[in-house]
This record gives sequence, C-alpha cells and structure tokens, in this order.
Amino acid sequence: MKLEDELTWKDVEIGSIVTEPGNASQYQTGGWRTERPIIDLDKCNKCGLCYLFCPDAAIEQNNDGYFKVDLFYCKGCGICATECPKQAITMVEEE
Amino acid sequence: MAKRVGMEVTAAIGEAVKLANADVVAAYPITPQSHIAEHLAELVADGELDAVYIPVESEHSAMSACLGAAAVGARTFTATAGQGLELMHEVLYVASAMRLPIVMAVANRALSAPLSIWGDHSDVMAIRDTGWIQIFAANGQETFDNVLCAFRIAEDQKVLLPVMVHLDGFHLTHMIEPIYIPEQSEVDKFLPPNQYPLPLDPDRPITMGAFAPPYIYTEVKKAQQVNLTTAKEVILRCWKEFGDCFGRYYSPVESYRGDKARVLLLTMGSFSETAMNAIDSLRDESKEVGLIKLRLWRPFPFAEIRQAVSDAEVLIVLDRAISFGGPGGPVCSEVRSALYKEDKKPRVIGFVGGLGGRDISPDGFKEIINRGIKISQTGSEQEFEMFGVRE
Repeated sequence: MKLEDELTWKDVEIGSIVTEPGNASQYQTGGWRTERPIIDLDKCNKCGLCYLFCPDAAIEQNNDGYFKVDLFYCKGCGICATECPKQAITMVEEE
Repeated sequence: MAKRVGMEVTAAIGEAVKLANADVVAAYPITPQSHIAEHLAELVADGELDAVYIPVESEHSAMSACLGAAAVGARTFTATAGQGLELMHEVLYVASAMRLPIVMAVANRALSAPLSIWGDHSDVMAIRDTGWIQIFAANGQETFDNVLCAFRIAEDQKVLLPVMVHLDGFHLTHMIEPIYIPEQSEVDKFLPPNQYPLPLDPDRPITMGAFAPPYIYTEVKKAQQVNLTTAKEVILRCWKEFGDCFGRYYSPVESYRGDKARVLLLTMGSFSETAMNAIDSLRDESKEVGLIKLRLWRPFPFAEIRQAVSDAEVLIVLDRAISFGGPGGPVCSEVRSALYKEDKKPRVIGFVGGLGGRDISPDGFKEIINRGIKISQTGSEQEFEMFGVRE
C-alpha cells in the first residue's frame, strides 16, 4: 500500500472521500509544535485540569495518577501550562 | 406518445424534474427563477411528485442541503439565479469536488449593483470555474430536454458531477412555448435510477469532505480536472441516446447556416434564436454569414469549436457579460484562446451586449455582424466593443 504522499491523482478516491474511518489519528499534529510542555511531578497534585483543558486530548493519565503528554499529537499550544494551578508545567522551546 | 403542451419554460423545468422523479428539491425563490421553485413546491404539495421539498432560508443553505441529499444517494434538484447563485458560490466548489450529482437550473440574471433582476450572463461567468458541467439552453424545449439529460449525465458512474442547465432570465424563463412532454414510461427508459456508488451509510462509514494537506491537494485537483474533461464523452453519448429516444439531437456546438460562411457569429443562450433571424435576413441579401451556437460551456468543447470555425475568415463573438479591465467577454476570450495555436483560424472580434436584460433585435444582430466585418478590415484600438451603448 502506498503512503499518502506517494498517491498519484489516479489513486484518489471518488470525491477524495476517506474510506477508512478514524484515520485522522494517523496525522502527526505534533509536527506543528515549537514548544513542548514539561511536567514537574514534584509540583503536580494530579488535579487533571491539564487533561481536561487539552484541546487535542493529547494528555493522558498514568496508572500512578500523574499525567503525561503524547508528543505525537501535542501541538504545543501551552493551554495546559496556562491552566495548571500549581505552575507544574513549563513550555520549553523545541530544538 | 409525447404531448405538445403550451407552458411557461419554468413550468416545463418543473415537469422535467417530476418526470425524472427527483427525491429532494431544496430551493430558495429568486427572480427570475421563482416560478421554478414555486412550481416544484406545488407539484410536491399536490402529491404529483413524491419528493422532499426543503424550503431553506438562503441559497447557501439550498446548495448545502443539496450536498447532504446527494451524498446519501438521493436524486437532487435545485434552481437559482443571479445573486442567489453568487451566495451559493463556495458551496458550488464543494458539490463538484465531492462528486455529488446535483442538477440545477440557473435562470441567468445580471448582478448588482445597480440592482437588476433582468437577464445576462454575469452570474454564470462568476461561477465559471466551480467545476460544474454547464449547458446553455436556447429555447424551452432545449431547457426541458437538457434538464432530463442533466440527471443522466450527472449520475453516470463515469461522471458523478453536478450539472447546471442555464436559461436566460425572462428572455427564456418567462416565455410560454409549446413543449413536447414525453410519457413517464419513455423517460423511465431513458433515465435509469440514481445509483450513487459511495453514499453516506452507517453500515459502511466513510468520511466526505475531509481536509487535504499540500502533499495530496494537487493530485485531487488533477483528478477533478481529468474527470470534468472526460465527462464530455458521456455528454455526447447521452445526447445521442436522447436523440434516439425522443428525436431531438443536441451537440456541444451547433452551426446554423454556417457551411461555407465567410463570417460567423457566435452566441450562447436564447439570443441565438434571435440571431438566427438576422442570419436568414443577411443570407437573403446574399451575404455569406452563419451562426455558431455554443451549448456546452463546461467542459469547453475545444475540438468542436475549432472544427466549426476553421473555414471562416471572421468570427464575431457576442458576450452577455463583461470581464472588467480584461480582454472583453469571457466567451470571446476563451474562444480566441482555443484558436490561438491553430494555423488556419478566423479573426476573432468581440462584442459585449444584452446586459441587464437589454434586448438585441434581429436588426441589432445585423448591425453587430456588419460592424464586426468592418473591424476585421480596419482594425480597432479597443479589445472589444460594447454594443448598443449610448455614447
């Protein structure tokens, strides 16, 4: 099977429909990021506001109750860092 | 047997949609299209047409409702004119790019400002590049016939594109003409049921109208361009089979007394009918003139145009729209461009006239032809001339 950027015009489905539902999850929006959120677990009180506010559902909870960022999807918008009541999240420039 | 019935052309469109057994009509009334929307509403309300009639709040909504209807595989019809067509503008691109076989009658009307409810082709030319198949009708029978053909062309598995049937506002919409209305059984034989290949279906989920990043958008547009261009084969076949069924044959470009004509006039839409009178009169004066009627506007019939005018010395093109600050009328500039690389081609002279409902009489067409011949001999400093304007 061809990768999406190898498809020719002849491979395009009628009306460029997507026949495989849910494949938006394959889109690596993390590539847009210029800053990444770093969580300081010493300050985090597991309130979960970062998880609730993340517009891309890119923050998930670990078994220990702390939160981690899925960098495949995180666009680095910084909303989590702004909302964190403990200032436990810092935005660090990507290199 | 077909019956010949006198009726307004807008009503004939309603009858065609009824005979096509459309499933969904979503329309917003606007002069000079209103009678189409009203007649269809009556047919549905009276139970003569078993369709869902969606009375929308704007043309943007009308076309959006049509997208949804066509996407589930319903035979879908709408109609509009002028400002209404412009309000649909962004949705028109979606219909063609998503390959939704919607049929729309457009009662061609001038654009504001100043407000004009009367006919010209400004509305068409503004939506020229939206990727729809576009057919111009010259009279009531052509309108009726091409609405039927439009469904068959649009829904053909090789096409799956929306189709506009253009008819001139008032000059054609509000005429009462004798029109052959075929029997339902005859139409059923010609027009098979709509079988949209990938309709929205919960049991077979797909995503329509997804986004396309830069790495695929160009490929999608190339596919669309090839699709619209190759639709011409299906259009030609449809017109041939329509002729075999009903005895009336259509072609992308039609010549009227154009054989061995030194001078040709090219028109699009209902003004062709008036121009024919001018040609007859000039032929009576032994002038070697003929008329070329352009019926298929998109996909543009390059080969047919080249063939039809190749022996002429002068080709006069009348546009009912103006490309401000540009090369003249859009039809003229496209015809001129189509002929540019030909070795043997006529001199192309452009006129713009018939704007905002202004009539051009047979004598007016004679004047255009004679003026065109004069310009071909003496040249002109202008890119085109506006006919009938008070200086």
